[in-house]
Amino acid sequence: MSTSGNILEVRNVSKSFHDPVTVPVLKGVSLDVKRGEFVSITGKSGCGKSTLLYILSTMDTDYEGDLVIDGESTQGLTGARLAEIRNEKIGFVFQFHYLLTEFSVLKNVMLPGLKLGRSSAPEVEARAMELLRDLDMQDHALKGANQLSGGQKQRVAIARALINDPAIIMGDEPTGNLDSKNSAVVFDIFRKIASEHKRSLLVVTHDNDFAGRTDRNILMDDGRVVG
Amino acid sequence: MRLLLSISLTLLRAKLKQSIVAAVGVTFSITMFVTLLGFMNGLNDMLDGLILNRTPHVRLYNELKASPKQPIESWYEQGVGTDFPPTHHFVRSVKPKDELPRLRNGSAIMKALENDPRVLAVSPRLVAQVFFNVGTVDLNGQVNGIDVLQEVQYYQFSDYLVEGDPQDLASGNNTIVLGKGLADMMEAGIGETVQVTTASGERSMLRVVGIYQSGIADYDKVQCYANIKNVQKLMSRPSSYYTDINVKMHDLLEAPAAAKEFAGRFGVDALDIQTANAQFETGSDVRSIISYAVGIVLLIVAGFGIYNILNMMIYEKLDAIAILKATGFSGGDVRRIFLLLSMIIGVCGGIAGLLFGFALQNLIDNVPFVTAALPTVTTFPIDYNPKYYIIAVTFALLTTWVSGWFPARKASKVDPVEIIRGK
Repeated sequence: MSTSGNILEVRNVSKSFHDPVTVPVLKGVSLDVKRGEFVSITGKSGCGKSTLLYILSTMDTDYEGDLVIDGESTQGLTGARLAEIRNEKIGFVFQFHYLLTEFSVLKNVMLPGLKLGRSSAPEVEARAMELLRDLDMQDHALKGANQLSGGQKQRVAIARALINDPAIIMGDEPTGNLDSKNSAVVFDIFRKIASEHKRSLLVVTHDNDFAGRTDRNILMDDGRVVG
Repeated sequence: MRLLLSISLTLLRAKLKQSIVAAVGVTFSITMFVTLLGFMNGLNDMLDGLILNRTPHVRLYNELKASPKQPIESWYEQGVGTDFPPTHHFVRSVKPKDELPRLRNGSAIMKALENDPRVLAVSPRLVAQVFFNVGTVDLNGQVNGIDVLQEVQYYQFSDYLVEGDPQDLASGNNTIVLGKGLADMMEAGIGETVQVTTASGERSMLRVVGIYQSGIADYDKVQCYANIKNVQKLMSRPSSYYTDINVKMHDLLEAPAAAKEFAGRFGVDALDIQTANAQFETGSDVRSIISYAVGIVLLIVAGFGIYNILNMMIYEKLDAIAILKATGFSGGDVRRIFLLLSMIIGVCGGIAGLLFGFALQNLIDNVPFVTAALPTVTTFPIDYNPKYYIIAVTFALLTTWVSGWFPARKASKVDPVEIIRGK
């Protein structure tokens, strides 16, 4: 546990793409996310906001600087340990809903919980059903993942992100592929997660309306935080 | 691990058709491997048995030959370094010595061999040339005087006795077992009497108590068997008169060394089974090597099938791999998932292959195979040695593991960021 109350601390992170020529994308980014805070990141296309998010997600390890998640520095950790951190502390919601089509909706939600192995399979299943019920998806639990509409898939993805009670939920344009009605639904769910469950959220978006209603908006331009 | 296994199974079910095709490849190769080796080795054993069962490991005998050294040579050798140096001699056309073809001191040799710890059984033989007098015709024959009970126990004598009981030959007086070809020529059946004349002119009447068929026609036209005591009596020789002593060793491989040793120690000629039948072992080995080669090639081909299907599956499942990694599955987990997938295909295909292989072996085992040359064989021979099953399964698991490992490693190295951002 971090004593500072920050769930996420980013210290001077820089990254360049080297193919075919070296192009710096992030130029010394530093930011903090507090416990229970709903933060959005906005900026023009190519400003590095998505790149930053994938570094924060621990999936991209090719950068300079330091990233502290829930008090633990990720510098020099092995791939297996980073996978454990992702599993336990980070929940993801992507733009293209990324469910496993071979599995049922319920199993999709359960998989990260089963991987964590903190509770037994029936307990994980009960928790998954509870989350689906919260998101009004309980009737679809046993359907295949590709039998759902876009908005429904995104709600399942949110349930999956919540299954292990992560410290922070990250979203990459989670509403980017949804109509305004479903976008509103997803935003409300996020709002509820932040306020009721005291979970931190970090969402990359280009939807200024969405960003305007979060607790704090971080504006990026050309690889730097500008506001 | 159970979670990874359930993910593997789900992915497998999603691609059931291709997975079955891959498994069938393994099944087919295992079936062929097991059947081929079982059949080939069954045949090998049968053909080897045809000769090896009846052949002593070491045969001691006394070959009639000219003296290896003429007396004049020793005279010259003494002259080395004297006033009479060795020179060439011109003794030509040396004839064999006039002596009986018996083993000198046979009883003592028998006793010495029986006390040798390497020796399993010692049995004497007396081989005599005879004529069978049928009307005015004399048929050439060779009577083998044998210790009947020893031959039954150590040389499968009763397997080749198509009619009659070896006990009658062992206990009866003036009894004989005729080769099948010879009996047919004389039209002699069991219970009938044949007249025999030995090379030295003695005649006697022998009662036929059995018919012998070795499977080698020329052999069966000439060879007969009788109790050694009867043959000694027939030839008016004492009971220590043997022409051969057959030795069966505990370990077949010791035969060549033992033959050399016995020849030196007893002053006789000795022939070991390896020298006498070198071609059999070579033939068996070559056939085994060919069957193994074909079987292993089949397995490798099946391995390529698995490799292809897994590679394709991984390409189609890049999204799933990215998602698993994003939600906390490590590269190792992903590798294990695909390796498990490959092993499931290998194990299922392999087990089915063993069952089909056993069934096919059984089928071949029941196909009638009747040949005059092999009186004891009625169906194709199969060797059900579990060794071939174990080798087949080991190789199947090895090839599926190797062919699964490369695609699995590729899957474990998939960069989720690239997949997720690439959309």
